[in-house]
Amino acid sequence: MATDNTPLTFYNEPLPGVDASGLAGKLIVIEGPDGVGRSTQITLLRTWLEHSGHAVMDTGMARSALVGKGIKRAKQGNTLGSVTMSLFYATDFADRLENEILPALRAGFVVLTDRYVFSSIARASARGADPAWIRQVLGFALRPHAVYYLRAGVQDLLPRVVYGRGGFDYWESGMDVMLGKDLYESFTRYQGRVIRSLDSMAQRYGFEIIDASRSPEQVFQNLKRRIAKLLRVKKRARPPAPGGRIAARRRPATKEAAPERAPRLAAHG
Amino acid sequence: MPVFANRKFPGKLIIVEGIDGSGKSTQLSLLSHWLRSRGFGVVFSEWNSSPLVKDTTRRGKKKDMFTPTTFSLIHATDFADRTERQILPPLRAGSIVCADRYAFTAFARDVARGVSRRWVRNLYRFAIRPTLAFYFRVPLDVALGRILGGREALKYYEAGMDLHLSRDVEESFRLFQGRIIDEYEAMVDEFGFQVVDATLSIEEQQTQIRDIVERELNLKETTGLLKSPWRGANGNGQHPAHVL
Repeated sequence: MATDNTPLTFYNEPLPGVDASGLAGKLIVIEGPDGVGRSTQITLLRTWLEHSGHAVMDTGMARSALVGKGIKRAKQGNTLGSVTMSLFYATDFADRLENEILPALRAGFVVLTDRYVFSSIARASARGADPAWIRQVLGFALRPHAVYYLRAGVQDLLPRVVYGRGGFDYWESGMDVMLGKDLYESFTRYQGRVIRSLDSMAQRYGFEIIDASRSPEQVFQNLKRRIAKLLRVKKRARPPAPGGRIAARRRPATKEAAPERAPRLAAHG
Repeated sequence: MPVFANRKFPGKLIIVEGIDGSGKSTQLSLLSHWLRSRGFGVVFSEWNSSPLVKDTTRRGKKKDMFTPTTFSLIHATDFADRTERQILPPLRAGSIVCADRYAFTAFARDVARGVSRRWVRNLYRFAIRPTLAFYFRVPLDVALGRILGGREALKYYEAGMDLHLSRDVEESFRLFQGRIIDEYEAMVDEFGFQVVDATLSIEEQQTQIRDIVERELNLKETTGLLKSPWRGANGNGQHPAHVL
């Protein structure tokens, strides 16, 4: 995990043709399974951070200009295979990283991302892919400043999915890989796999685990406390001064390569 | 670590590679007609043709939205869809699958665009190892002559204009395709390509290719290959409705 004084680095391979030096912003990841409340928290955090004077950009899966629509269209049919889906999402992530996340970080934004490569790895693994393969494919990801893992068990997700969303989603239930006789059974098995996979990554990638079985307000307070520490946000809100705060917070880019601290997404070979 | 998934199928996978204008598509088409006339069912798969993905690729190309990484990933996505739906199931059923371009196209093009060799080889690890891979070796000038004679203009990505090697389209094409040839040549031994001299006449090349296919696939004795149900229906083994 990058700390305050080190530049952001890529996990494995740098993106070809991309200069990742001088990234003044903060990259904050919210991870967790489907229905755990990530988007609710991101909405709350965004408002809070903007009130505190930060320029905030949020992003999430399948929102890229390049393939967002293509993914949605592919998911309407019944022919999207597991490997194809993993790579479609990898394309989406690369497009957002290069065209949204990196420019925002360069301009000093706080970037809140709803899921990151860890979910992609967990989903692909839950569908039977070799985890080493997908980790290496996504090895061009930037190491975030923080990964907050909203952790909950499958039983905690059920009421939110059944009452909050009006039922089980085909893909969130892993019905494409037929893990159970019906949506409920498939959902519990598929999400169980995703959660176990995220759990297994927690230590390796330095996730900060947040108990998401608690109320949204409690989760928000917990996240706020951690992010405030990360950003050293001033207690009292003040209106954003155009350019001022961002420029003032910009650090000179360090030339030295960051030392190896966190593990790479995948080992060589 | 093996580059491709090592799985055994009753079917056979024949692929052709080479730069634009090397004549590989013509040769593959002739080969597939011959195989059909011998009574074998043949499934065809073309680069960049997945119904799920190709619209996205076309739009991205039209609007110059690609970087080397996203260009590589979208083509891998297209290839994955074709592998999962067009290539793997017919191979399991015992069909001969002919593919016009394969993962090697990505290994050559994407690396010429600056993507790492190791990364792109890992990306395609789900691909099925071909039974036979033909590489059509052709000097750059010959290929360029064929392309410029055949159609009106070189396309932006095909000429590698996104790399800003030269402002002149033809010069950019020459530089970019030169890099691609270097990558192909380095793969001849790495992947055991059957090299075809693409400056020979169409008939000479086809004769060589058929000899190699006959020998390597042992067509006379191989069992388990799926025969065409329309064998002899119109003398060429094709379904009457699908005559090209």
